Amino acid sequence: MTSSAADAPLLQVRGLSVHHGQLQALHDVSLEVPAGTTHAMIGANGAGKSTLLRTIAGLHHPSSGSILLDGQDITGMRPERRVAAGVALVPEGRRLFPSLTLEENLLVGMTSGRNGPWGLDQIYGLFGWMRERRGQRAAQLSGGEQQAVAIGRALAASPRVLLLDELSLGLAPVVVRRIYGLLPQLAAAGATILLVEQDVSQALAVASQVHCLLEGRITLSGAPGTMTAAQIERAYFGVAASAGNGAHQVTPSVGAALPEAGASPGAGR
Amino acid sequence: MSSVGQQAEWAGGPVPPAVTDQEPASVRVTRSRRSVLWAGMVAIAGVAVLAYLPYLVYSSTTSLLDQFFLLLIMASMWNLLAGYAGLVSVGQQAFIGLGAYFVVILGMHGLSPFASIPIVTVAGAVIGLVFWWLVSRLRSGYFAITMWVIASVCMLVIIQVSSLGGGTGIAVPGLTQSPKLLSAYTYWVTLVVTVVAIAAIYLLLRSRLGLALTAIRDDETGARSVGARVSSVQRLVFLVAAAGCAAAGALYAIDQQFIVPTAAFSVYFTAEMIFITIIGGIGTIEGPIIGTVVFFVLQQTLSSAGTWYWIVLGLVAIAVAIWAPRGIWGLFADRTGVRLFPVGYWLWPAGADQRGSNPLLRLIGR
Amino acid sequence: MTWVNAVVQGIMLGGLYALFACGLSLMFGVMKVINLAHGDLAVVAAYLALGVVTVTHVPTVWSFVLVVPIFAGVGYLVQRTLIQAALNRGVLTTLLVTFGLSVVIENALQQFLSANSRSLSIGSLVSDSFSIGQITIAYLDLVILVVAVVVLLGLQYFLSSSRNGRLIRAVADDREAAQLSGVNYRHVFGVAAAIAFATVALAGLAFGMYTQFDPTTGTDQLLLYAFEAVVIGGLGSLWGTLAGGILLGVAQQIGAQIHASDQLLAGQLLFLIILVLRPQGITSRRELA
Repeated sequence: MTSSAADAPLLQVRGLSVHHGQLQALHDVSLEVPAGTTHAMIGANGAGKSTLLRTIAGLHHPSSGSILLDGQDITGMRPERRVAAGVALVPEGRRLFPSLTLEENLLVGMTSGRNGPWGLDQIYGLFGWMRERRGQRAAQLSGGEQQAVAIGRALAASPRVLLLDELSLGLAPVVVRRIYGLLPQLAAAGATILLVEQDVSQALAVASQVHCLLEGRITLSGAPGTMTAAQIERAYFGVAASAGNGAHQVTPSVGAALPEAGASPGAGR
Repeated sequence: MSSVGQQAEWAGGPVPPAVTDQEPASVRVTRSRRSVLWAGMVAIAGVAVLAYLPYLVYSSTTSLLDQFFLLLIMASMWNLLAGYAGLVSVGQQAFIGLGAYFVVILGMHGLSPFASIPIVTVAGAVIGLVFWWLVSRLRSGYFAITMWVIASVCMLVIIQVSSLGGGTGIAVPGLTQSPKLLSAYTYWVTLVVTVVAIAAIYLLLRSRLGLALTAIRDDETGARSVGARVSSVQRLVFLVAAAGCAAAGALYAIDQQFIVPTAAFSVYFTAEMIFITIIGGIGTIEGPIIGTVVFFVLQQTLSSAGTWYWIVLGLVAIAVAIWAPRGIWGLFADRTGVRLFPVGYWLWPAGADQRGSNPLLRLIGR
Repeated sequence: MTWVNAVVQGIMLGGLYALFACGLSLMFGVMKVINLAHGDLAVVAAYLALGVVTVTHVPTVWSFVLVVPIFAGVGYLVQRTLIQAALNRGVLTTLLVTFGLSVVIENALQQFLSANSRSLSIGSLVSDSFSIGQITIAYLDLVILVVAVVVLLGLQYFLSSSRNGRLIRAVADDREAAQLSGVNYRHVFGVAAAIAFATVALAGLAFGMYTQFDPTTGTDQLLLYAFEAVVIGGLGSLWGTLAGGILLGVAQQIGAQIHASDQLLAGQLLFLIILVLRPQGITSRRELA
């Protein structure tokens, strides 16, 4: 990929491993997102995509590895400090504050006090319909509207890196398209985006780089145009498309789920 | 935007190896780390020695042991409720008080308190069923205080009943034996109830029900999702604890020989249960035993200074709850792997000798 | 006392109970902590006021100016240190820790002060009353009711209109989402605890003026009143808490009319009835448990 000084990676993930109790959700994941680009992560349920975003946002502590924002190590920072540093996550399932109004939800997003281009006026400028409905309680909004407010809440922190987790979850396709239609605007305004998406075609359509995650490992990385459907399928499901192309069979192993048993033989892995 | 010759890379590092040509590892499952036969024999010998004590020592000693055993029973019951079923009750004194007064009521109808213990125990379970109906849907904090309110209601109702002595208290009828004999009978009965209670808890936790309890304790939602019938299991445990506390109440009445509502329904019973269990080690059978010993020693050394004793105990319990949540026994067992009452499962690699090898997996029935 | 008087008296008492309840309700709604030491804190506040008055000889009412802010500060500290540490361990631990705290406080009061009943003097207010027809209303009771309503109104306004109030509501709704929005939830918890401690101190002071207290009053009476008022009225709205307090007070006074010793029992029976029939409380739309 062509690179210049201006494309220096804004977000770097190095060798990230995350455990949920005894289960390892991410194995040594590394990633670089240059400023101003949009990267997408695809993968089946349970592959670790959301875990990766949540770890970058600070909700999970990695067992090893590091996260760097513009060269600064943020691995040890609490979530709210990361927001102040410029990372904002739009969580899976929207997670608005149901008893707060639309505007109050946006205002909470400004808590970190970052000086930036996104104020209430700018957010209402992006989502025209919000201004009249701003006194309405968030619980009364439709799914698509809630998704928009959740994005607005994250934007209100004027982030340098925007993390989007499963925007399409539970929304009708036409709504999903409308929401994704906003991303080019954000990109044009210079936003750096890392998004997680179940809908592979949507991810391929908006991102300049796509990464595929399988069982906590990145199995494929590249620009959408350079990938064949077969490659994506193989990386996504881990099943060999056909013999003879040197692909490994990668069915999940039982032993991998057990904790490392020291030197015990016969434990599977 | 793609440039010619740029292929997407297989970026995944180590690839999980195929397991198609590998046989599944065979494992062996045992219930305990070593043979429990000798441990069981030691236990039986110990109980036999304890049973012989009234012939050996003064009644002041057996009386002391009565109190020890009473605390042990109550703490074990609370541990069962909170440490396994996840039900934190700050109102078990309801059953203790009701058990005590039920002994009095039966005594008024001519039944010896010693003989009434089994009846009181069953009655405790029945009352427990009624209370469960009131509280079963409540979440932890609400459950805790509501039990307290129920205990308070029981006390207030009993105070109204003048035939039971009202607020001033009543003597326990039927304790007409000579002092020496009385003290011996009291001791034996207490010992029997203690052994039965602990044995019952041990067997319960070793059974399939125990496995369900451990699952519930660790993750209630997860347990539900794999089909554990959480609420019926919790109800059973609640009833067992109710019966156990009622039996404890009966023993209390026999020991005290005169009961007063404010003492019989005192929340300090619960305070004892909680502190003992926390300090000793919640979620283990051995924990309440250790905790009772610690508690008892403290009680004897700080004896008359009632308030200091509670201040110290309370502070220690708070500290243990936050910084050593597994309690004294938990710390010990984690380090040594010793289980006096093995209720868990151990997985060993095939062909491995238990001594000296590392287990594959240890499901600890804490 | 006639029945009408009993009801009126109960309404007056209801304001006080609501004041007790709102701190408990706040801590539970925001942090999911049931503070079993809640009642004992009120008693500590009353004793503190007693101490201030004894040392400085100011009228009792002025002691509030010192005691309430002190309690707010203490509440913030206790939350940030002890309760947060317990929260990190789990819900079970917070229950145990607050219970332990309750036992320690009660016994410390008994150890360092006496077990005798005390009361806060309020000068001439104590016995003055006025009548409207058959109804007799003590000035003190009326003042307490007015103060309680004003405090609840103020709290409502704070929660709905201020920045910190908004953050409290957000954290109560979804703590993790608040973190992701840049909110330091531990600090917000501290603010909520400060408010809870301040209101319970005020309630304790009012109670001390209204009647006698001793080291055991907190656990024997006040905690249960607060909890019962919360359950009867319902979680989630301060007006529910006020309604709960009033219903509890009225039930108690009616019980006292029937039989002098039935006062507490009547309130508790009402609590149990509500628990069975409508566990989410009179006013709440939310599921309770």
